[in-house]
Amino acid sequence: MVSAIVLLPLLGGLVLLALDPRDPALVRRAALGTTLLTFVVSLGLLLEFDAAAADFQFVEHYAWIPDFGVAYHVGVDGISLFLVLLTTLLSPLVVLSTWSSVTERVKAYLVCFLVLETGMIGAFVAVDLFLFYVFWEVMLIPMYFLIGVWGGARRIYAALKFLLYTLAGSLLMLVAILYLAALHDAQFGRPSFDLLHLAALDVPAHVQGWLFAAFGLSFAIKVPLFPFHTWLPDAHVEAPTGGSVILAAVLLKMGTYGFLRFALPLFPDAALAAAPLVMTLSVIGIVYGALVAMVQPDLKKLVAYSSVSHLGFVMLGVFAFNTQGTQGALYQMLGHGLSTGALFLLVGVVYERRHTRLIGEYGGLWKRMPVFATVFLVTLLSSIGLPGLNGFVGEFLILLGAFAANRWAGGAALAGVVLGAVYMLRMYQRVMFGPLTNPANAALPDLSRREVTIFAPLVGLMLLMGVYPQPFLSRMAPSVEATLTRVHAVGRTAGHETMALRGPAIPSEPAAAESLASDLRASRSERVNQPTDERAAPGDRNEQ
Amino acid sequence: MEHPPTAELAVQTVCYLRYIVLLPLLGVAFNLVLAPRCGRRMVNLVSPGVVLIAFCLSFAALLQLPDGGALVDRVYSWLHSGALQVDVALRVDPLSAAMIAIVTGVGFLIHVYSVGYMAEEPDAARYFAYLNLFTAAMLLLVLGDNLLLLFVGWEGVGLCSYLLIGFWYTDPEKADAGKKAFIVNRIGDAGFLLGVFVLFWGLAAHDVWTLSFGTIAAHAGLLPTGVVTLVCLLFFVAATGKSAQIPLYVWLPDAMAGPTPVSALIHAATMVTAGIYLIARMHFLYALSPSALAVVAVVGAATALFAATIALVQTDIKKVLAYSTVSQLGYMFLGLGVGAYAAAVFHVMTHAFFKALLFLGAGSVIHGMHEEQDVRRMGGLRRAMPTTYGTFAVGCLAITGFPLLSGFFSKDLILEHVFAGGFGPLWLVGSLGAGLTALYMFRLLFLTFWGETRAAPEVAGRIHESPRVMTVPLVVLAVLSVVGGYFTLPDLLAPLYGHAHPHVPLLVKYLPTLLALGGIGTAYWLYVRQPAAAERLGRRFAGVHRLLLNKYYVDEAYDAVVVRPLMAAAEWLWRVWDTRVIDGLVNGTARVVQAGGLFLRFWQTGNVQAYALSLSLGAIVLFAYYLGRVLGVAPW
Repeated sequence: MVSAIVLLPLLGGLVLLALDPRDPALVRRAALGTTLLTFVVSLGLLLEFDAAAADFQFVEHYAWIPDFGVAYHVGVDGISLFLVLLTTLLSPLVVLSTWSSVTERVKAYLVCFLVLETGMIGAFVAVDLFLFYVFWEVMLIPMYFLIGVWGGARRIYAALKFLLYTLAGSLLMLVAILYLAALHDAQFGRPSFDLLHLAALDVPAHVQGWLFAAFGLSFAIKVPLFPFHTWLPDAHVEAPTGGSVILAAVLLKMGTYGFLRFALPLFPDAALAAAPLVMTLSVIGIVYGALVAMVQPDLKKLVAYSSVSHLGFVMLGVFAFNTQGTQGALYQMLGHGLSTGALFLLVGVVYERRHTRLIGEYGGLWKRMPVFATVFLVTLLSSIGLPGLNGFVGEFLILLGAFAANRWAGGAALAGVVLGAVYMLRMYQRVMFGPLTNPANAALPDLSRREVTIFAPLVGLMLLMGVYPQPFLSRMAPSVEATLTRVHAVGRTAGHETMALRGPAIPSEPAAAESLASDLRASRSERVNQPTDERAAPGDRNEQ
Repeated sequence: MEHPPTAELAVQTVCYLRYIVLLPLLGVAFNLVLAPRCGRRMVNLVSPGVVLIAFCLSFAALLQLPDGGALVDRVYSWLHSGALQVDVALRVDPLSAAMIAIVTGVGFLIHVYSVGYMAEEPDAARYFAYLNLFTAAMLLLVLGDNLLLLFVGWEGVGLCSYLLIGFWYTDPEKADAGKKAFIVNRIGDAGFLLGVFVLFWGLAAHDVWTLSFGTIAAHAGLLPTGVVTLVCLLFFVAATGKSAQIPLYVWLPDAMAGPTPVSALIHAATMVTAGIYLIARMHFLYALSPSALAVVAVVGAATALFAATIALVQTDIKKVLAYSTVSQLGYMFLGLGVGAYAAAVFHVMTHAFFKALLFLGAGSVIHGMHEEQDVRRMGGLRRAMPTTYGTFAVGCLAITGFPLLSGFFSKDLILEHVFAGGFGPLWLVGSLGAGLTALYMFRLLFLTFWGETRAAPEVAGRIHESPRVMTVPLVVLAVLSVVGGYFTLPDLLAPLYGHAHPHVPLLVKYLPTLLALGGIGTAYWLYVRQPAAAERLGRRFAGVHRLLLNKYYVDEAYDAVVVRPLMAAAEWLWRVWDTRVIDGLVNGTARVVQAGGLFLRFWQTGNVQAYALSLSLGAIVLFAYYLGRVLGVAPW
């Protein structure tokens, strides 16, 4: 099933190539059909997913280049499940948005987009690092073209910057991957790129540092972590709507996903050691992104900088190294995918009508476009983490976890919560409220039925994930715990135990750190099919 | 004061509490989706109707409440992550029973009044959708059985406040006021979240993983005093935001930009008391930290006096009432701060009656005078609007603490507790504030309803009394303002807070009342008998007058100290730091690489002879190197 989900968009792309480019309607419908089919098939993952299991499910394993230990090894676990679904859900919506946003070279655009979808899904399900790298690069090329061909005025500069920046990082990662395979050869007598094999490697501490740096830099650029973020506003502003949506909603998650999937389990010592640095950069990113977003005159740039701020939250959660932080980060990855994806689509709606993204050009739009304004409001509230919507769950868990790991980082990040409301509401007021003074806006039509169709599932999910997060959280939990267990088990042997658990809530209570550790042990023991054998005595620690 | 921990009380499980919250939500759905098809009449029927049913359910819960116990309705598991478990569970105990009765009762009256007030508004369905959503959020706030669910309601009411303040969004000033309310409240909310974090991990250190009130109460004693104080102060920061206390009160006067029934419901009767509810709810924690309580008391007393002085000179009828609300909320915090939780909640109730009444009365005046809000252009309205005048006067007497009216019981009870608790100076401040309250309220009453009209002739001829749908709620609220003091709320709350009857000297007991009567007399003298004296007074103390008229320039100070520096910093970060420094480095790196490429290209000529030459040269150098090593003559 996983391979089908990965390959369907690519096959659809091939079919598209055979179609007549002079009939864009047909091409569009074919692309929509492909992405919808992919989505429906991917729902099967959700139905058959075993929520109690921590390991990869739906595994497919074929030898690819046996001499080098390269395999086609794919699978889905609690960390990747919803990211795959996010990708397959957003794709048909983006295709639907091209009805009006892309009018030139429609076929080429959609082929690029379908290849991109294959790359993204592939990167999320790859268990083999070589395969992951291939998909990682496969994503890069169509995105480069989407920005460079269908982008705005400075598209060449933005596309090149995006490509070179990402490539520079990923080449370092490639070297590190090759090193790991060679190390496996040295320690086990055969090379392997399989994550499950490589996790068993004994990587010397000083080498871990370098390898983590190589992976980490590649992922940090993708996230983007401050100060590697400057490619993002350029890419977002120049990219066409669909490109921006996918870039923000899915591609950025590749970075944080990479940390969770590869960098942390493979190099736990180095990751734990880097935690203070990464948390600091995350907090800087949160506040910095929010402040810079506050003064942006361009809607897309504002949303781009808000992404820098939001992804800072995600990184903070990942590097809190506790259940709440990691689960919150994962939840926020989905939440940000929905809300920021929707925000870019919303900006696209007015851009198509007015061909400007400058906030100053608008004002008083509520009068003309009440449905649009309402959808925008819900999305914005989700983005700033209003309880009852999805953003709050992720943000709260992240901050709760981060506060336990490092109370200064957790506390300082709260500034982002306040500033988030400032930049979003300022923007909203200037676009939606006030008198409708600009005559160019006087005849703007409200959302069409097609556009309502695009936003309905997004808004519905924002509500669902805010009101009833448990189905999502419970499916993530086992894999998250397994990852954390691994990081802490290895990290502890290396004497880093205080690093991640440092800074209990109360400075005068050293017991807090220990009890947090015991909590991790306890929650670990609650699970039945835990791969590691380290189990504490089961006990219900919850006072209910 | 010894409090029995909530967990030990008799708890009865019921399943209808959820409908108290869900019904207004149904109203929201109706108003957003079906209203355009069903027409205005259905909107007018459904929106107050759902609140009325919620009121009946609330009343049923109040009646069913086991003596000294609680009703609980567990709905579903909301958020489980590791050891953290937060459920959607609703709880009615004496405190929340009183609150839901106030919210749905006063809320219903204001919904009914709104039907009349918004009769001409084409976008009324949106208004009622917001109003119903607010009611649902407020009910969730007081019914939530854990801190996080309370926070959902807390933010929900904030959102509705934002939406309703800016309801007439085409006016940038109104939209601005809504945004200001949301952002100032967000600062408080950050305090709330931080308080939750400190509390959660503080208890987690003792293996207590919870956010539910009962469990926190049972284990609060495990926390070190420093942590308790920190948590209490952080929650108080949140309370100063929502309940408009120094230093975060600045949003509330601006919030008067919203429709007047909204000011009555949200910015007087219910939402702004959420901060008081929070502290009353977490009283077991505050009881452990006398220093935090002292801060609450001092800030409350300071706000009570501070806001009362501003109210003395304001000329906008709603602004006077807004500062009056800030001041009255200060009294409630003063009560909380001296541990008189029951008295504070009692004042929440009576204040809900008379302040809702006063705001709705002001709304009736504004309605009758065709959107006029400046008291300098009013006067003499008692003839044209007798019902409004009569009820407004009752409201003034009640808030002033006129003997045997509701305010007399609750406000005096707070002040008696303050004195009995040994907070003499704060008692004095509070009593002084009581005098000022009488002065500014009766100034408002006299300027609005007495004397001759100062309205423009074209308005003066068209002044009319409001329709029945508006005056009936006024009358009901006026009755409640009179008799509200006899609902002995402190007795109902006794299972939570214990019985306490402060005994104070007779002078202490009646001084606030005497001061209030003095205030009424002064207002009568200044604004009825000798109007010129008031003006002379204003000229004589022109500096003070200007200071008060400009609200101590606090908004201007915040603007200069916080807002503008922040914007300037953001601007600099973007234009200089982000664009020149960071991106400059990125592009600089690219240029260095490019330059390196150009340099290398110089050698990449494509000229075979040149390649052959360099190849030979290299070979010679290598040969020389190895020759040197083999022969041992080289230094390497």
